[in-house]
Formats: sequence, structure tokens, C-alpha cells
Amino acid sequence: MTVTEEREVGAARRRKEDARLLTGHTRWTDNITLPGMLHLAILRSPYAHARITSIDTAPALSRPNVVAAFSGADVAAVQGSLPCAWPVTEDIVHPDRPPLAVDTVRYHGEAVAVVVARDRASATDALEAVDVSYEPLPAVLDLEPAVAEGSPLVHPDKGTNRSYTWIFDSAAAGTGTDVAAADAEVVIERRYVQQRLIPAFMEPRSVIVDPGMGDYTIWSATQIPHILRVFYALLTGTPEHKIRVIAPDVGGGFGGKLQVTPEELIAFMAARRVGRPVKYTETRSDTMLSAHHGRDMIQDVRLTARRDGTVTGLSVKLLANMGAYLGLVGPGVPILGAFMYNAIYKFPAYRFECSGVFTNTTITDAYRGAGRPEATYAIERAMDELAVEVGLDPIEVRRRNWIKKEEFPFTSVAGLVYDSGDYDAATDKALSLLGYDALRVEQAARRESGDPVQLGIGVSTYTEMCGLAPSRILGALRYAAGGWESAAVRVLPTGKVEVVTGTSPHGQGHVTAWSQIVADELGVAFDDVEVLHGDTRTSHKGLDTYGSRSLAVGGIALVEACRKVRDKARTVAAHMLECSPDDLEFTGGAFRVRGTPDAAKTIADCAFAVFAAHDLPDGVEATLDADATFDPQTFSFPHGTHLCAVEVDTQTGHVGIRKYVAVDDVGKVVNPMIVEGQVHGGVAQGIAQALHEEAVYDESGTLLTGSFVEYTLPTAADLPEIISDRTETPATSNPLGVKGVGEAGAIAATPAVVNAIVDALRPYGINDVPMPCTPERVWRALAHAQDGGGAA
Amino acid sequence: MSTTSGSTGSPHLSGSPSARLSLTVDGVRYVDDVEARTLLVHYLRDTIGKVGTVVGCDTSNCGSCTVLMGTADEPGRSVKSCSVLALQAEGTTVTTVEGLAGPDGTLHAVQRAFHELHGLQCGFCTPGMIMSAIDLLRDNPDPTDDEVRDGLSGNLCRCTGYQNIVRAVRAAAAELRAQVTASGDDAVPAPRQPAEVSP
Repeated sequence: MTVTEEREVGAARRRKEDARLLTGHTRWTDNITLPGMLHLAILRSPYAHARITSIDTAPALSRPNVVAAFSGADVAAVQGSLPCAWPVTEDIVHPDRPPLAVDTVRYHGEAVAVVVARDRASATDALEAVDVSYEPLPAVLDLEPAVAEGSPLVHPDKGTNRSYTWIFDSAAAGTGTDVAAADAEVVIERRYVQQRLIPAFMEPRSVIVDPGMGDYTIWSATQIPHILRVFYALLTGTPEHKIRVIAPDVGGGFGGKLQVTPEELIAFMAARRVGRPVKYTETRSDTMLSAHHGRDMIQDVRLTARRDGTVTGLSVKLLANMGAYLGLVGPGVPILGAFMYNAIYKFPAYRFECSGVFTNTTITDAYRGAGRPEATYAIERAMDELAVEVGLDPIEVRRRNWIKKEEFPFTSVAGLVYDSGDYDAATDKALSLLGYDALRVEQAARRESGDPVQLGIGVSTYTEMCGLAPSRILGALRYAAGGWESAAVRVLPTGKVEVVTGTSPHGQGHVTAWSQIVADELGVAFDDVEVLHGDTRTSHKGLDTYGSRSLAVGGIALVEACRKVRDKARTVAAHMLECSPDDLEFTGGAFRVRGTPDAAKTIADCAFAVFAAHDLPDGVEATLDADATFDPQTFSFPHGTHLCAVEVDTQTGHVGIRKYVAVDDVGKVVNPMIVEGQVHGGVAQGIAQALHEEAVYDESGTLLTGSFVEYTLPTAADLPEIISDRTETPATSNPLGVKGVGEAGAIAATPAVVNAIVDALRPYGINDVPMPCTPERVWRALAHAQDGGGAA
Repeated sequence: MSTTSGSTGSPHLSGSPSARLSLTVDGVRYVDDVEARTLLVHYLRDTIGKVGTVVGCDTSNCGSCTVLMGTADEPGRSVKSCSVLALQAEGTTVTTVEGLAGPDGTLHAVQRAFHELHGLQCGFCTPGMIMSAIDLLRDNPDPTDDEVRDGLSGNLCRCTGYQNIVRAVRAAAAELRAQVTASGDDAVPAPRQPAEVSP
């Protein structure tokens, strides 16, 4: 008999998730209606910084259908402070962050009062009856003014706008030498500005709190139902076992739903007050003001090198805008980046210093890549500058510095052990797909002829640390929690399989990918696997989804749980087949006696035998299920090479992407279709940072980009076709060989695009265009250069 | 004519004027009293429970709420249902994403193509994206990539970078053209006739 193995892992399985999403049979939080449910509306501060001199919610109570109204002062004693789980230094300045402002508002959009009513329109209408008087205070919005002498203080009682300063020095850490002593035949000093972005998930956040009889059920459009449950317990004094958090269908996150939000706590307080279920669904305008923003850093980079292009040292000084308070992991975002400025390179010396700074703006926190896109941008821009300075092709200068395939595992100057990679392979493939050499020839011709439309080619060779995260390292970095993930596998009596995962997908396709993994591990059909997630009653353990961790951590927990199940089933099968477990091999979905393959028992056979329990081996419990928790020993390190060719109209400043090539190495791939989709979406967001998006405040601290009218997400017409391909260097740090893909595109694309624009404009003496590189910015850079300005 | 009334009931609002609305949604005729200010999307979601159609913004930029609005004989054009008052839909036939599949559950060609070519991730923009794509293909049964991109530029997606959406729409176009060739019918299915529903 021949036993064939058809592997599910590696197949482009169409998604199980789609059926409901394509037909509108969805469970977005805002779709859920509970008996007796009331609706919440929130009054927000129109000022960036003001004292609340009086506030009266009583007039709202006389409006039709209004059940309750209250302000921060009404709940000051009970509302507590929203959490920051990543106080990155011992002496971090960590001000209280009440869900509802009590006497001072510190950013435009901060919540000051709420109305609870029978329907959403009545609640919203009644907000206008809340009487608030403000005394405006001086606001500070930008990083450098905020740390200058005499700046207005966001939290005057703290005496400073500097929340923390975090330093890494390779000489002190013993991972490298002293940057000050580095050979410096060439010095590149540049300042890069990471503009403020808005994650802009498509589903606005929504939360329902059902207070029950003191046993709370909470639906939230969140990435982190498990973490949220812990914080609800800690912040509200409700016993943890009396809280159930459900993340139903969640419409995107990108880090933007990795937060414990004021609105989640406000809805909880409101429901507790009125004793009925309360729903809050934000408008998009609310999202823009109140959901956390991302990026917003100033990066001063100093690269030293020898004339041959070999980098000898890198110093980075960072100012990172925290906004008015500290978010859940906000202070840690630039610290995640700290480990990535050295990127794929063998720099011998590295120093990093970052200050987190308060301003009168919406908080910043994780946004796709969280620290790593910023780091990659800065180093990849600087490597291009080095290439120009030493007269090398940008690919060649990188090759001279990057880690060679045979040098893995490699301990980076930042102290991380990169397990595997093949930068030459990915780069060679990308160069070939782009047609690099031919484009360089065309570029030279256009320069020669003075073509008003210039061609530029941008290079970005990136890596990222994924699979957040080894708990031991998180602890050393002062993060409050661990980075493990959990899975449970239950084989039902009829051989169907229920999987419970602690990851919390919101578009990533875990149900499909996890089914593929289980199908291979247990030899069951893809369709016979159900994946349960996002409900703390069924999935009671987990650390949720962010940081490209779900497969690289949660997927491994799943594999380990499957293998425990298989081990138990092997004992049962051996008992049924009257042989030793050691005589069995597991192939073609069944345990077979070596040499007698027709003597076979499938997992389903074992499951029914266990269920009947008539004749189990001694010591075997009557269940065929297992739990596993996986805590990675190290991060995983996807990498890749993205190349972008742009045409820049030097008369109008318009930038058109002519060709975009992404070659990513994310290790082994469970579902190539899903991986490609993640790359597309990530690249789109990376291009959006380079060309389209920026959150802008006016001088008074009013958010000008307060809707999709002003905050310009790219449309289909704004984005190019992305040519994507892969190389495959398996991770050696986990049994699947996987690395993670969620953030790769967003990390790689931004420097690829801006490097291309700058490359096009080099002949005009331009070496930077601030992001987003809108036609106006490009045109101004050209105009400035022609006026004798030019290189920064 | 028998009718259904709203499953969750119209909110009892602040005395602003209301009027009688009758229309057909996904093959069912509805008659309700609605407040004049009620948007079509809120009527669909809050009054008749058609929550497959979603709201992604408040400035009519995102297109998540797109539905088809036409007449009994005319399959309808895409509208952003956040930008139409419910009362403006009087007498119309509205098709939402929930009304596309056949009675036996057979998916519309555009739905099938989105599934086959991974044209959705989180799926929040998908209802609007599909409805816009159907309207686009009615105007242009054989669009180029650029024509699809232009045609869908009123619908925002944050997950896919649009690439697989473009692929899906072109694949659906090919399938719909093949159907027309095979049957000689209009590629866009006629709206379902109203069902007689007892109150």
C-alpha cells in the first residue's frame, strides 16, 4: 500500500473566513444589539490644552430619551487611570490618564462628558446640552519646542515634558565598540522626520458592556481581548473571573486596536451606573481624534564609515512624541526600533538614545511595524547617502556591510541573535525582477537629456524582529507582561477537531492557516477543523495579535498542542493494534504498524475509542485533547529587498511609481496567498507614509486631518501593482521554520519609495524630501534647490 | 400588500418630523415610519436589521456603506447609503450585499472572485467594494486594471493594497461576460422580486 502525504501547509487554501464576510453575515461589534441596550455619546474637548472651569451635565438629562449623563468630575474617585504596560525606564514620568478628563484637558478630542440614551441620535443630540466652560492654556505640539527651556508643560506637576530617556550603547553592553572611537573617514549626518500617522483601520472602534448581575460581558473591536480583560479587572476592581471579553469580527487593527481605550472604560462605567447594556460606536471623526496615532519622531542619525563604504559606527538620537499621555505600549515603540537601526548590517559600534516627549496631542502608540519602520527608514536612507558619498551603487554599499549567509547565526551589535537569512538571494531576485541594470541605463539617459521627468530607483533591504516576544527579554525591557502564546486542541468523538487559540485575528486569516497546520499535524481534513478565538470564555489564555507574532508564536503553540494530542493518540492506537507505540509511524493521517501499513488507526479512530473509554490503556484519561503554551527563546527575523522605480515630474513635483518589486523572506509559508496579501497591504501602508498620509495639527492644536477628507488614505487609483516574490530561508528557532509577515511591507516600502524620489532628484542637488512627498513638497524641494539651497 | 416592520424598531426620536417609507430591500418589501433625517444606511442597519451594510466614516469617503438603488425593473446604481436619506429611497428597490447570493446560496460572480483571489482580509470594506464593483462592471464589462482602480476609487480598503481586489474584479468581469455569451442575458442579475411576507 502506498501512503501519500498531501500537505496542507504551503497550499494557497481559500479562506474559511470569507463566506460570512462576503455575504454580510458579520458580527462587527456595532452589529450587536442586546435587550434593553442603551447608547453612549461622548463630548470631546475642542481645545488642545485647557482648564475645565465648570461643567454641568444636568441640562442633558432633560433631553428626550436621555437616561444618564456624567462628567469626569462625577467619576473622579472611581475611574482610575488608563494603563501603560511598558514603563521603559525606572524613572519614567508616567502621569495619570483618566478615561474622562477631570479638571484639565490635554489634547483636542479628549473625552470630558458622556450622555447615555435610548438611541444613538438622542445621545448625540443631548451632548449639546452639556455646559462646559474652558480656560485655554498654552499648548505645545512639536517635539523640539516641547523639550526647550520654558516650554508650556503638558503636565505641570511633573515639571518636565520629557517622559524618559532610554540609552543603548554597544560599548557598555559589550556587544560592540564605542562609536566615539570609530574610524570616521566618512561621516554622514542626517535628520529624518517620521510624520505622525493615523492607523485608520476601516472598522471604527465599538464597545458594548453588558453589566449583567455583576458578571460583565464586553464586546470590543479590539486586537487584545485577553489583555483587555486583565486590565478591566485591574482598573475596575471587578474580579477577573466575572469579566468576559469578546472580540467578535474585528475590521482591521494595524496596531491601532492594540490599546486599552478611554472609551472602553467609559462604557464600563456607564453600564455599571445604569445597570443596563451600553454601546459606544465611534464616528470616523472620533477615531481620528481619539484612537491612538503612530510614528511622530525626529531622528538624528550619524553614520561613520571608511572610504570603501564599510560602516564603522552608527549613532541615533531620537525624540519620540508620546502625545499627551502614555499609551499601553507607547513608550516601548521606539525601543523596539532601537534594536533595528543596525538592520542587516555588521556595524561594529552603535549608540542609541531616545527621549519620549509629552505634547498636547493625541497619544501615539503601535502602528504597523511599531518602531521598526522608523528605524529601517532612517538606516536605509542613510545607507543611500553613504553610497553617494563614497561613490558606490546603493546595492554595493549594502552588500559590503550586510551579514553573509554563512555568518548566521549572527549576534548583532544591538545584541540580538539573528538565526538565519540570505540577503544576497533576496536582493538578486529583486534586482532581476525590477530590471535594475536597464533602469539605471534609462536613468542615465534621462539625466543626460535633461528630461523633465526624471527616473529614480529606490532600494530598501530590511529585516525586522518578529514573533513578539521572548518573555525573558520583555521582562529585561521592563514590559509588564510576557510574550508567550497558547493553544488548545480538542479532538471530538467523531474525529472533528476544535482548536482554541490565544491569538486574536482581525483580517489575518488565522482560522484558515491554523486549520492547515492542524490538518497536517493530525492527519485530519482541513474542513474538519474549527478554530475558536477572541472570546475569553472559550479562549481563556492568550496574549493576542500584534507584532507579527501570531504564527511565529501562536502557531508554534498550536503545533506543540497537536503533537501532545498525537502522542496520546499513539498510545491509544498502539493499545488497539496490540503493538508497542514505538512500532507505529504516523503517515497519511493514521498510525500504521511499521512493515504492516494496513494495520492502521486514524486520529478519529482513537478519538472515538477514547470517548467510549471501554478499553483504554492504564493511566490514559478519557479525553483526546491537549494544551500548549509556547514562549519563544528568540525573535524571528524576516528580511527582504524592496525596490521601487519612480518617475518624478520636475515641473509639477508629481511622483508616479513605475514599478515596485518586493522580495520577502518570511521563512516557511503556511499559506502563500495570505502571505502575498499581507505583503500587498503592508506595502500599501508603507507607500502611504512615503507619499500620502500625515496627521496635521494647526498652531492651536486642532487636528486638521480630522476625517478621511483631509487624511488621505490612498485609493485604488493611487497605488501601483506590486510585483511580489519570495525567497525561503527557514527560521531555525521554531519547528515550523516560520518568521512572520504582518509588518514586513510597511517596514520596507517607505524607504524604498523615498530613496527612489531622492535618487531621481540627486542631479538637482537634493538629498532629502520630507514625508509625505506630495507634489507640493517635491516641487518646493526643487524650487529651493534652484534658489541655491539643496543638500541638507 | 403585506409588509414587515422593523425588527429592532425605529428609535423614538426627539419629535422631528417623520414620514411613511415603503421600499424593497433584498427582495422583501418594507413599510416603516422614519424620521426625516434618517440616513438610508441607518434605516437599513437599525430599523430593518440589514447589518451586512456597514458604516466606515462620516464624510462619505470610505464607500463601506455602498448599496444598489434602482427600481423593480432596473437593477440599480451604486449609492453610498450614508449619503441618501431613507425617505429618498421611497419606492425604490435596494440591493445590499446580503441580497446578492441566489436563493440556493450561490454566490454572485463578484463575491466568488473576491473569495478565489483573496480580495478581502478584514472584510469590513468588502460589502461596499462588491456593490461598487457590480455597478462598475455594468458600465464597463471589460475594464482594464486602471479602469477598475479608477472605478473603485470611491471605496477605501486598508488591508489589501487593492491589488487582489483589482484581480478579483477583472476575473469576475470575465466570468460575467462568459455568462452573457452563454445566455444572452444582462450580466447583472435582475433584482429579486418582492416576497410576500405576512405581518
